[in-house]
Amino acid sequence: MSGKGSQPSSYPQRPQAASGYKGKALEIITASGVQVGDALIAKNEKLSVSGILMPRSELDDDRHIVIKLKDGYNLGISVESLKLQRLQPEEPRRAAPAVEAKSKPGLPKVAIISTGGTIASRVDYKTGAVSPALTAGDLYQSVPELGEIAEIRTEILYSLLSENISPENWKSMAQSVYRQIKEGADGVVITHGTDTMGFTAAALSFALQGLPVPVILVGSQRSSDRPSSDAYLNLKGAVLAASRAPFAEVGVLMHKGISDNGLVIHRGTRVRKMHTSRRDAFKSVNSPPLAYMNDGQIEALQPFRPRSSGRLPSLKADFDPDVVLIKSFPGIPPDIFDPLIHRGFHGIVLEGTGLGHVPEKIFHQIRRATQAGMTVVMASQCIYGRVNMNVYSTGRELLSMGVIPAGDMLPETALVKLMWVLGQTTDKLRIKELFSSEIAGEISQRSTYKEGRE
Amino acid sequence: MSNRVGTSTNALGIKVGIEIHQQLDTASKLFCACPTALREDPPHHSVKRRLKPTTSEMGDVDSAALFESVKQKSFTYEAYEDTVCLVELDEEPPHDMNGEAVQVALTVALMANMTPVDEIHVMRKIVIDGSNTTGFQRTAKVAFGGFIMDGSERITIQSLCLEEDAARKVSEEREGITYRLDRLGIPLVEITTGPDMHSGEQAARVALSIGRLLRSTGKVKFGLGAIRQDLNVSVEGGARIEVKGVQELGLIPSVVEMEAQRQIALLEIREELRRRGVSEVRSDPADLTATFSSTSSKVLRKAIDGGGCVFGARLAGFAGLLKRELQPGRRLGTELSDRAKTYAGVGGIFHSDELPGYGITAGELEAAAKALNAGEGDAIILVAAPLEACEAAIRAAVARAAEALVGVPSEVRSANADGTSRFMRPMPGSARMYPETDVPSIVVSSERLEAIRTALPEPLDAKAERYVREYGLSRDLASLIADSPHSSAFERLVKEDSVPAPFVASTFEYTFKMLKREGADVDSLDKEQIREVLIMSSRGALAKEAVPEVLRWLASNKGKGVGDAIASLSLAGTEESIVRSAIEAAVSENIDLVMREGERAVSPLMGDLMKKFRGKVDGRMIHSLLKEEIARRLATK
Repeated sequence: MSGKGSQPSSYPQRPQAASGYKGKALEIITASGVQVGDALIAKNEKLSVSGILMPRSELDDDRHIVIKLKDGYNLGISVESLKLQRLQPEEPRRAAPAVEAKSKPGLPKVAIISTGGTIASRVDYKTGAVSPALTAGDLYQSVPELGEIAEIRTEILYSLLSENISPENWKSMAQSVYRQIKEGADGVVITHGTDTMGFTAAALSFALQGLPVPVILVGSQRSSDRPSSDAYLNLKGAVLAASRAPFAEVGVLMHKGISDNGLVIHRGTRVRKMHTSRRDAFKSVNSPPLAYMNDGQIEALQPFRPRSSGRLPSLKADFDPDVVLIKSFPGIPPDIFDPLIHRGFHGIVLEGTGLGHVPEKIFHQIRRATQAGMTVVMASQCIYGRVNMNVYSTGRELLSMGVIPAGDMLPETALVKLMWVLGQTTDKLRIKELFSSEIAGEISQRSTYKEGRE
Repeated sequence: MSNRVGTSTNALGIKVGIEIHQQLDTASKLFCACPTALREDPPHHSVKRRLKPTTSEMGDVDSAALFESVKQKSFTYEAYEDTVCLVELDEEPPHDMNGEAVQVALTVALMANMTPVDEIHVMRKIVIDGSNTTGFQRTAKVAFGGFIMDGSERITIQSLCLEEDAARKVSEEREGITYRLDRLGIPLVEITTGPDMHSGEQAARVALSIGRLLRSTGKVKFGLGAIRQDLNVSVEGGARIEVKGVQELGLIPSVVEMEAQRQIALLEIREELRRRGVSEVRSDPADLTATFSSTSSKVLRKAIDGGGCVFGARLAGFAGLLKRELQPGRRLGTELSDRAKTYAGVGGIFHSDELPGYGITAGELEAAAKALNAGEGDAIILVAAPLEACEAAIRAAVARAAEALVGVPSEVRSANADGTSRFMRPMPGSARMYPETDVPSIVVSSERLEAIRTALPEPLDAKAERYVREYGLSRDLASLIADSPHSSAFERLVKEDSVPAPFVASTFEYTFKMLKREGADVDSLDKEQIREVLIMSSRGALAKEAVPEVLRWLASNKGKGVGDAIASLSLAGTEESIVRSAIEAAVSENIDLVMREGERAVSPLMGDLMKKFRGKVDGRMIHSLLKEEIARRLATK
């Protein structure tokens, strides 16, 4: 129901031919000369039903087939002594009327780049399968108000569940955003699966510096096939923010609470998914959000980089994927570092305990790693607060090995930043300098009372 | 009355089908681990949502869904921290389907001679009146193709579905509806019969049979709203009308008869319109605000002064038809008015058949008719509201007038307490269901069915028979206790705790009812406490006469124990020795009487002793001890 959970296991799109059937069930279907979508009578020793043959989840057994009855219900019928008899095909289904993409003249131009996920999907109500839908026409049809807000251009970049998004994808997203801005977009919206939306937001914050317009990542926690979906409000808010917000930064826009009456825009480097399923899963950490949006009104909550027209961002979209994130835990076996060092990864982000600690038993491995030329940085698994490696001897010793503290950066942001830094330079001193300095609001020198907690 | 109409409508091809929704009394809800309890204490928090209709699977926006969306509402959901979780709030995916509920559904299916499906698939049925936080109801077909007998007549049971109950409406305002989530997700069994019944009485009888069949599982909820009936009624030439929300069985006959009456009257109106040569109804609304600028009609005045308008429309050829009664107190005009209310949110409409009146003068009516070009054979309707609402109201009312040419418009109606009904929404299309992909399907194995079949619950009639036979209950008391929610507690007390059956049954059926009438909340009494009270009483530790008092005290002192009740009511059981010595004393004092009258002296002595021990010692115990003592004295004489 949320993120990928909302989609059937078959998402993104199952080929039309593959129906999810296998084994005995597939044999009977094939032998009977019927196909998914056919009207038929299915009969076994117990049941006799007429309806339409439906696809089946691949994870289900091969002992049943699924029939949709006339009253709309689906049921499974056992393949034991099953007979299938095809009926005359019914009238072809009427396709949804195509809606012309229309918007008022003179509106700001917003580019919507689709990468997949729940927000930009359409459900096939017959099968329950979810597929991406992102022509401007589709969008105006599902959220007609968009036509009143902006002139929309759409680009389908991927159709990926966000757990499958990689640094390569960040790069092409950054390039797409760059191109859209170059072609005159007054703001860019990226629809994204929510699982790793925080990582992508951080990546784009580093890859697109000196932005002239806002870049808003948006997702939804309830799939758009359901009337209660948060997709509509979020998407509308994202287009509004992209076209009207005074700031020119990478932001993540989602529900502020679990009611449909407030949105929040988080700074891309400070945001984390903090709940598996709630609408308000995204929270700013160690920083207030960038802004709230209530009834279309944007209220900035902290200083921001302002919009400026006629400028182009500088595109620095290279990421080094050879970086790993290791979470410390009691009893962490030292030899898990052996393959990392052997394989020659370029960086390790340690998610240490407390102020930035790992057990003494793995010190020698950290030392080996740094001596082998790997960059090792330390963030905290506390999530809130900053690391300080001067307080205890453990921290001091790690510093002496060359471990770089990540300040009050989120561990995920530290990972993305280290990938980005290593994608920009191989110079040891430059790496340390870049990693430690503020690039996109990801790190600060002051920790405040509220820390972004609401 | 219903009898007379029943006979008359019988000849008109009346067909009735029933849909019964019964809440199950399972430990937890259908798709989460929350308890299935309704609450009246103030909710802990609330959230606000909006719903958006989605195009249905056939590419159309479902008419019912579209209709609800016309009314741009916001929904407030009230929740309790300890009994409502993120699943009801639509903030967490549903958990697996409750196995206990599936078991009950399969049991009922087999009792109704139905064939369960081989694999149960959960569907999402689009419902966007806000009563489900998701915008759909989760429902699954469990079985179909069964029957029950009504005398010698076979009534088909078409379908049995297991579904989640909707949220409970708390209040409705112009801008939104407030629901409470305690009810959302309680398992419901939905049983649909064929249109096989021919009268309201028969429908009521069949509804009762199905209700008792459900109750025999011992797993259903009791009380107001726990079982709800919808009726499908049609007469020949009419249309299938769904009447929802019939809360009491007793109301079924009049709902059926009155719906039949309504359909017949509508068919008569259609004939009359045909005779008059009316073949279409056109909507040509006009702004009559100027005509009524100096009206003294309160309703019109208020609208005009508030910046609104008065709109009118002519219904050509409708003169005199709008006052035609369809159901007691409800006319064709009422149907137009109901549509305007639901679609436009106005307070109602006026029509020329009821005017002059409501402060609208004959002169004003004439002026309005003139402005609308309405002649003698025409009717006019008026509405006073803000501009947009006026337009929508006239549109809705005229649309309903046009349907008079068709006869009976197919629609969903809502039952009123007097058996009449009012428009609720158009009949939903069939295409508003798609698979619930978050919940795995459930295979119904033949082993599982066999196990259920060999241990089907005892039908309530057989149970009552057994109570008469085994426990010596009267027939009346036996069927009362067999039908009641206390039957399993009754059997346990009698079988395991050896408490006399008539005492247990009469406590549950008579004492409880008496206490309830007095306003004591006995329904919420702890089952174990009731058991403790009855056991104590049967062992002589608590007088039978004191049982009502103890139960009453416990009902109003939640969280306290039986011991507290006894202490607080000074009912501490009197030691047998104290009773014995009191009896010895009484016999000694009246030894002459005893010697003279022998055993007959028991009665006069009982009176005094009972005065002393009433409520503290069981009268029967005193009686037997007294008899014993007298016999002893006589023997030792």
